[in-house]
Amino acid sequence: MKVLIRGAGVAGLTLAFELATRGASVTMVEKRRQVAGNASWQAGGMLAPWCERESAEEAVLSLGRSAPDWWSAALPGHVMRNGTLVVAPARDVAELDRFGRCTSGFRELDAETIAALEPDLEGRFGRALFFTEEAHLDPRKALLGLQEKLVRMGVRFEFGYGSVQAPGRADVEADCTGMADARPGLRGVRGEMLVLRTSEVSLARPVRLLHPRVPVYVVPRSGNLFMVGATMIESDVGGSITARSVMELLNAAYALHPAFGEAELVETGVGVRPAFADNLPRVERNGKDIRINGLYRHGFLLAPAMARQAADMILGQETKKERAHEAHH
Amino acid sequence: MLKLYDIEVSSRLLLGTALYPSPAIMAEAIGASGADIVTVSLRREASGGKTGGQFWSLIQSLGVRVLPNTAGCHSVKEAVTTARMAREVFGTSWIKLEVIGNHDTLQPDVFGLIEAAKILAAEGFEVFPYTTDDLVVAGRLLDAGCKVLMPWCAPIGSARGPQNLDALRSLRGHFPDVPLIVDAGIGRPSHAATVMELGYDAVLLNTAVAKAGDPVAMAAAFGKAVDAGRQAFLAGPLEPRDMAVPSTPVIGMAAFS
Repeated sequence: MKVLIRGAGVAGLTLAFELATRGASVTMVEKRRQVAGNASWQAGGMLAPWCERESAEEAVLSLGRSAPDWWSAALPGHVMRNGTLVVAPARDVAELDRFGRCTSGFRELDAETIAALEPDLEGRFGRALFFTEEAHLDPRKALLGLQEKLVRMGVRFEFGYGSVQAPGRADVEADCTGMADARPGLRGVRGEMLVLRTSEVSLARPVRLLHPRVPVYVVPRSGNLFMVGATMIESDVGGSITARSVMELLNAAYALHPAFGEAELVETGVGVRPAFADNLPRVERNGKDIRINGLYRHGFLLAPAMARQAADMILGQETKKERAHEAHH
Repeated sequence: MLKLYDIEVSSRLLLGTALYPSPAIMAEAIGASGADIVTVSLRREASGGKTGGQFWSLIQSLGVRVLPNTAGCHSVKEAVTTARMAREVFGTSWIKLEVIGNHDTLQPDVFGLIEAAKILAAEGFEVFPYTTDDLVVAGRLLDAGCKVLMPWCAPIGSARGPQNLDALRSLRGHFPDVPLIVDAGIGRPSHAATVMELGYDAVLLNTAVAKAGDPVAMAAAFGKAVDAGRQAFLAGPLEPRDMAVPSTPVIGMAAFS
């Protein structure tokens, strides 16, 4: 089975891995010159389906809960299973109650247990929700790691060939190009992020700061880096980050810990997430064409489940177990 | 029937379009509420003056009238520029005018609001000013050319409900013929019913529905509460009394002799 995959973002790379593991011959075509720079590159890398349930449908939890295991198996050592901490400024603790009502899978922490978990946050918050099963990874390292692994597995990468018609030798063509694939009903949701560097704060896990207006998360990465994200704007306009978004993200980081005020602002980024009206991803098949799209803000969380579904379709291996899983939901 | 700038509207509930879990849920909630006017923020939902194509198509497909707003503007100049952009993008001269004076409370800057309202009314805009419950400011906004007023009942998104019923009553009493829409601060259907019982013409809300556990069910609940409040106002509710008044008919006292 020869499969051509367009788009080397998280959807394309996970599908390539799923297919190559099952013995298919895979070629990847990417219009960029390298993996870096797409919407996946700007991701937070949180594998947090319980937290996402605050605003997402149940399917995000049922499809996303196995994501940490998928990533651990594909890229040993990349996944950090330290959970997620959710806090709120003192005057917005009502938001914490609301968040708790919409979600499950957490323990309530008090000031003491927060300090035990994240010593740098000692004395800053009286209450928190701790989502114990959640995980995170560095999305850029994961994308590059997956690419490297795929090359070793014999997957061919062709960069800089976005518009060129692919050779018609593939049995199946899979489109994983996100916003570039103009599906009916697909819209762009602009997300902005920034990266701070400071050695004065250390966090072991992503921290979400609830705020009625600008909820943000801070995800620790190696090298004293912290990714702060992410805005959600109903627009498919890319371009640079706006001054207001920088201000809001920085304000929130500063509210989490004042030392972020002294951090270096080493990067800002903008990505446009592809989403359908229900904010859920889809695998669609039309003859020899397969497409995965609409991963929205859940790329790293839901790409493994979508890749599995698409690979099952392509290789005709829809197992009884997975059918039962779908029927269950 | 309620008339806003010569347009007849059937629903007295106006809904915002921000903060929903997904556009699909937003569309369903708007349908369940019965609202026929929705507000759309140009700034946040249309970066760079270009509407988010699909999001905008979805709103257009709902068959509701759009009231663009200048949410997030902190100066007269910003608000006026945003209003002009909104007229181009949304093809309507309606504008919900917001000039924020305090970042923390999102309290309107009423001085800037009056100034911006004057400029926009002179340019042919039909201005819906988001204001406080201050009576004198309300008068100045009418002088500026506004034909609808939208006082808050509590800070935006606070869900506190009516904080100053006397001020709301006073506004209603002084401007019996001006459409008055309570905008901001409504948290629960009972809040909406309360201001409608005072004789307010309509209610505008967003967060109370969008951030509810089940936005669609909450939208329906608000639709009913607004209707109930309106009907109660028309039916003439009782005023509170200090003494108990028996409600059982007294036909003949039993004689114990």
